Amino acid sequence: MNLEKKTMRDVFIEHIYKRMHKDENIFFLCADFGSPKLDLIREEFKDRFINVGIAEQNLINIATGLALEGYTVYAYAIAPFLTMRAYEQIRVNLSLHAQLKEININLIGVGAGLSYDVSGPTHHCIEDISIMRTLPNIEIFSPSDWVLAQKFVDYSIKVKKPKYIRFDGKPLVQIYENIDDVELEKGFIEIRKGEDVCMVSTGYMTHKALKVAEILAEKNITVGVIDIFLIKPFEENLFFESIKGYKNIITLEEGFINKGGMDSLISSILENNKSKILLKRMGFGDSYTFEIGTRDYLHKLNNIDEESIIKNIKQILKGEN
Amino acid sequence: MVFKEYETVYGIIMLKEDSKKNSEFLRKKAVWVRKETLNIHRIAQETRIASSLSCVEIFVTFFYGKILNFDPSNISWDGRDRFIISKGHGAISLYPILADFGFFNKRELSRVCKEGSFLGGIPDSIVPGFETINGSLGHGLGVACGISIALKTKNKNENVFVLLGDGELYEGSVWEAIMFAGEHKLDNLVVVLDNNKVCMLDYCKNILDLEPLEEKFKAFKWDVTIVNGHDVEQLYNTLLTKKKEKNNKPKLLIANTVKGKGVPRLETDSLSHVKSLASNEIDEIIAGLQ
Repeated sequence: MNLEKKTMRDVFIEHIYKRMHKDENIFFLCADFGSPKLDLIREEFKDRFINVGIAEQNLINIATGLALEGYTVYAYAIAPFLTMRAYEQIRVNLSLHAQLKEININLIGVGAGLSYDVSGPTHHCIEDISIMRTLPNIEIFSPSDWVLAQKFVDYSIKVKKPKYIRFDGKPLVQIYENIDDVELEKGFIEIRKGEDVCMVSTGYMTHKALKVAEILAEKNITVGVIDIFLIKPFEENLFFESIKGYKNIITLEEGFINKGGMDSLISSILENNKSKILLKRMGFGDSYTFEIGTRDYLHKLNNIDEESIIKNIKQILKGEN
Repeated sequence: MVFKEYETVYGIIMLKEDSKKNSEFLRKKAVWVRKETLNIHRIAQETRIASSLSCVEIFVTFFYGKILNFDPSNISWDGRDRFIISKGHGAISLYPILADFGFFNKRELSRVCKEGSFLGGIPDSIVPGFETINGSLGHGLGVACGISIALKTKNKNENVFVLLGDGELYEGSVWEAIMFAGEHKLDNLVVVLDNNKVCMLDYCKNILDLEPLEEKFKAFKWDVTIVNGHDVEQLYNTLLTKKKEKNNKPKLLIANTVKGKGVPRLETDSLSHVKSLASNEIDEIIAGLQ
């Protein structure tokens, strides 16, 4: 099969556009942020598309008002600004509200991790999983490819809760070949089975994990890869069943480590199950990156590039971890 | 004998819209609400009494003046007007009104701020009659704009009313919503600004002067009317006119009020927001209210 490269947002928005033809209950809002496919919605659904301007706080508040009146709402903006400029609006109007009333608001943040590599630390989004996981009543979706993004369209309409959807900003090649094979509610897929070591990753880092697994396979080292895409809610028991055969887990994310991100999710599962599996967390330490460069360059600076991952795995296998 | 100007609404005897006795009726209700609010403060000293007293006539006019359409037995009735209480701190004076109309049992008023009660020092939408979460300032107007767009898209005639505090205008998110409402011509949106001119620590003019408010809102394409926020007749006539007026503009009533209205000691205190009243003081004030 010829694997296609696409942006998650274009695939997702194209399918929302199709739904808007038959589902009059959908509103699409943005904070002055576009995409080629969004132009279709902008032109055809002028009555159900609103650009609120560069005003993320108001974006959340307007979305809340529409959702309280029963609309399915999509609120679209650059990920760090959507989650962090408007964090208290999300807390009050989505997290608190959703405990009392049914509201279907889908926050679509584009630019997860280091998608906007050369734009610098204001545009890097490495806190979002930690801070959004803290909020009750909000689901978190962190796909690794556009196939998952497409699959999430149905879910976003069906599950009437606030959700945070974090999309990569770059076109990425598909990981999953058949959309029907993906069980979204399960939240993760073990893409490769390994022997002693398993890499657990989300978003863009799943591509890196797969690359590392391929390189090591050529050297007859078999490592596992688990891609997590539904971070909240999380099927803890199913996940533990999948990893309990491994001796070592390496978490890979374009996010801060030891601060409540995906690594913390995995760590608490190991702890809850009194597991003896050893955990190595790979992500960003307690600082920002001002130096400019490509995504690969920035990964290298922060020791989360392929070479660093391979080095860690080899050390683990030698018992040096 | 029931006089022809009276009618019964949700078990409460009310005056008909065209009654000449309307103002007198609303004034009496305001005195009653002020007393009941002070009685709540007597048992719940955590409540913000000064902020709650500046908007008594505004609440009375909305509910007893039948500016709002509502159904206490069906709080999510589709045909209700949406009333967003954005200045949550000062909404204790709405508790006796909601209880009076049967939104919840009057006995709950004796449990404000007590263990297990749903009536807190700052109300949220867990309280029947409150639409949104109100404790954090600067959210109500934006949410109201979303509701306004939703009602317009559905071609519905209900209005969205918002009670905003003047201190809330320091929040940048409010101005994002003010800009949005004017541009989107949200003429089913009527905002009453409880302009009591005092924040927590000082008079607004000593912090960052908010004036000229009328010009600011007009520049953002709003329809602005200035009223005395303690004059029920002015409030009633203006609200009745403005809710029917479809002129492609959101409406603002700058209701000039006095923080702590009815309590001389609070009326002149720049720190009134954080002041409480002792029980014997409340007795004296209630005795003097008429």
